[in-house]
Amino acid sequence: MTTASISRPAVDPALVTTITGAFARRRLAALAVPVLILCYLIYTAFAFDLGGLFARARMDNAAILVSDFWSYKTHVTRDNRSGDLTIAIEGEAKGTYPAGMLPDWVTTDGATTRIDLGDGHLVTYDADGARYAIPDYGTVDIRPLNGKLALTAPEPLPDWISASDNKVSVTTDAGRFSYSRSKVETFKYQPGWELFFFTLDSPFYGKSFTELVALALWQDRVDPARSNLGYMLAEFWTNKMWRHGDVAWALFETIQMAFLGTMGAALLALPLGFMAASNMMPSGAVRFATRRLFDFIRAVDALIWTILLSRAFGPGPMTGSLAILINDTGTFGKLFSESLENIDARQVEGIRSTGANALQRARFGVIPQVTPVLLSQILYYLESNTRSATVIGAIVGGGIGLLLTQAIITQKDWEEVAYYITLIVLMVMAMDALSGWLRRRLIKG
Amino acid sequence: MVDIAFGPEPEKRPDPAQPSDAYLELTRRRRMYGGILMVIFVALMVSGFQLAQSRNAGDFLSGLPMLMAFPAEVLSEAWANRAEMPALVLRFLPSLIETINIAAVATLLGAIAAMTMSLLATRGLARWPRAIPVFRRLMDGLRAIPEIVIALVLIFILGGGPVPAVIAIALHTGGALGKLFSEVAENADLKPVEGLTSVGATWGQRMWLGVIPQVAPNWLSYTLLRFEINVRASAILGFVGEGGIGHDLKIALQWGQGRYDEVVVIFLLLLLTITFIDRISDRARERLVKGRRP
Repeated sequence: MTTASISRPAVDPALVTTITGAFARRRLAALAVPVLILCYLIYTAFAFDLGGLFARARMDNAAILVSDFWSYKTHVTRDNRSGDLTIAIEGEAKGTYPAGMLPDWVTTDGATTRIDLGDGHLVTYDADGARYAIPDYGTVDIRPLNGKLALTAPEPLPDWISASDNKVSVTTDAGRFSYSRSKVETFKYQPGWELFFFTLDSPFYGKSFTELVALALWQDRVDPARSNLGYMLAEFWTNKMWRHGDVAWALFETIQMAFLGTMGAALLALPLGFMAASNMMPSGAVRFATRRLFDFIRAVDALIWTILLSRAFGPGPMTGSLAILINDTGTFGKLFSESLENIDARQVEGIRSTGANALQRARFGVIPQVTPVLLSQILYYLESNTRSATVIGAIVGGGIGLLLTQAIITQKDWEEVAYYITLIVLMVMAMDALSGWLRRRLIKG
Repeated sequence: MVDIAFGPEPEKRPDPAQPSDAYLELTRRRRMYGGILMVIFVALMVSGFQLAQSRNAGDFLSGLPMLMAFPAEVLSEAWANRAEMPALVLRFLPSLIETINIAAVATLLGAIAAMTMSLLATRGLARWPRAIPVFRRLMDGLRAIPEIVIALVLIFILGGGPVPAVIAIALHTGGALGKLFSEVAENADLKPVEGLTSVGATWGQRMWLGVIPQVAPNWLSYTLLRFEINVRASAILGFVGEGGIGHDLKIALQWGQGRYDEVVVIFLLLLLTITFIDRISDRARERLVKGRRP
């Protein structure tokens, strides 16, 4: 070190201090940024009450959600006063088995009902009360006695049985069973989305795929008035549980809002973009005014536009389209005017030299240059607006966004929520692929 | 040249004796296609708007005069109560800060996730080159799920408050920024990475010292743009779900007359915040991308 420095010309000590200082500052900055970010995150963890969040989190809701996503439950209910038995999928009127129709795991014999929950779990309702036979444990026997419930079960009671004088409930892996004075109820969980194709009242319910194909292709008509295939499609389309027709219409409405909004905004923004571009519009006052208009539209957020428009036009898809249209006019205007300012002036000059007027110069000199850029921007926004239209739909009451929020607010039909989420994701991905494909086609020519 | 322009098929080749005929023929055909496309497009737009209008509660022309009625009503009431405005501003300031915090935390977390995912999904830089498609599809999936879906589901599980919104926006941001980040990283110069490899640097060191310094300005610029977008998204999520100034706005609007002064204050706060953040991020991005030192 010392020998080397002797042979070198002397280094300016001021330079050394500047450089070492700069290095030290850099090192400090490299350390300070992560520390600052960490401090900010810690501050927000307190501001957002992260500790209380874990206390408030409802993990049982999460369990309901996850199980509803891939399974459905069937309620087998007996009214203890009248003795009537109802079997309903998800406990809904739309999914109630008609009289005389039973799933194959329920058998009735006079007043006795036997429910096979699988894996040896057997529930029996009879005139005396109800019994639940659980393998490796024993039988839970419940009989009403003097207005109270008498429970006989192997002692000690495990924690998955809760018992009081008025209600006994048992939760096992196979299902749930509860007995109260007014009714006895058993839930059986099965995988899948039941009634997805045909509801119970449809003549096609419970048929296998090959049976359906046979019916559609060569077997006799179920309804003499129409073909089996048409009948099947109609039954599927008007399915009361899943409402496929309404859902398809809602998806279409969402895409429609995005399309109308984006294209309408592009049509409006094109002339405005010309008015705001410095190489197109000689008048500074007009340029200034147009640019401030864009700034204003962009600053008044999409949320505010949506609210203002829904007050004037009422709920519905047109309001959603107009909200997207207005909001994107500002964005497109800014983007378009920037692209117009970046064009090659020589082409315009060439057109001008032939004696073309301003409109002809724009049509033949400017538009051909900017079209690929503008189209690419429009298509990109079409894709991102499909997502926005879902959210805006939830506010203005149109499209799949409305269906989704309604299904979530009722906090009941999570299988429908799962269905809608799947469809939304597929829709957005399809629009993404479509817009990407079109962009590649258009830009490469 | 002619081969390149018209393709190899001999019959499509124009007659060299009559160049203007071929040109005019070509233009005519292009004009016709353009015209047909235009007609289809206009028909789609017109029928689309008519359909949308028929499904709407109110129609366009009768609603148009009403467009100013609501703002006028709101503004006149707010003007009458203008003395209370400063107090209201102070009252809504905490929820405004919450909205901004939601956006900031979500942008930070999303950007950090996007950094890792994008490097793992970039050809030439990935730690496990075979896993590139996995990370790409992961980012596509994150981008495709709208924020509102995640937010509403999380509100059901976690209860109200800002955290569901943060998670929802962060996941979407991770996907969206990841794609942009990866496009930037693809163009990074690999020489520093090779140099670091030659001295035995680990993957993390190669990325941190070789790639990040190159891409940082562009990444930061995209992150700022995303922050701007996320502030808007956070306000909207508050309106649909819970938390922040969007929620206050919803309550004030549901109350209707009598609380319009609050509506105006919230609108103003949102407008000013968005304009302010817009300006700041515009400046900063210009400086970052054009490389001017402050």
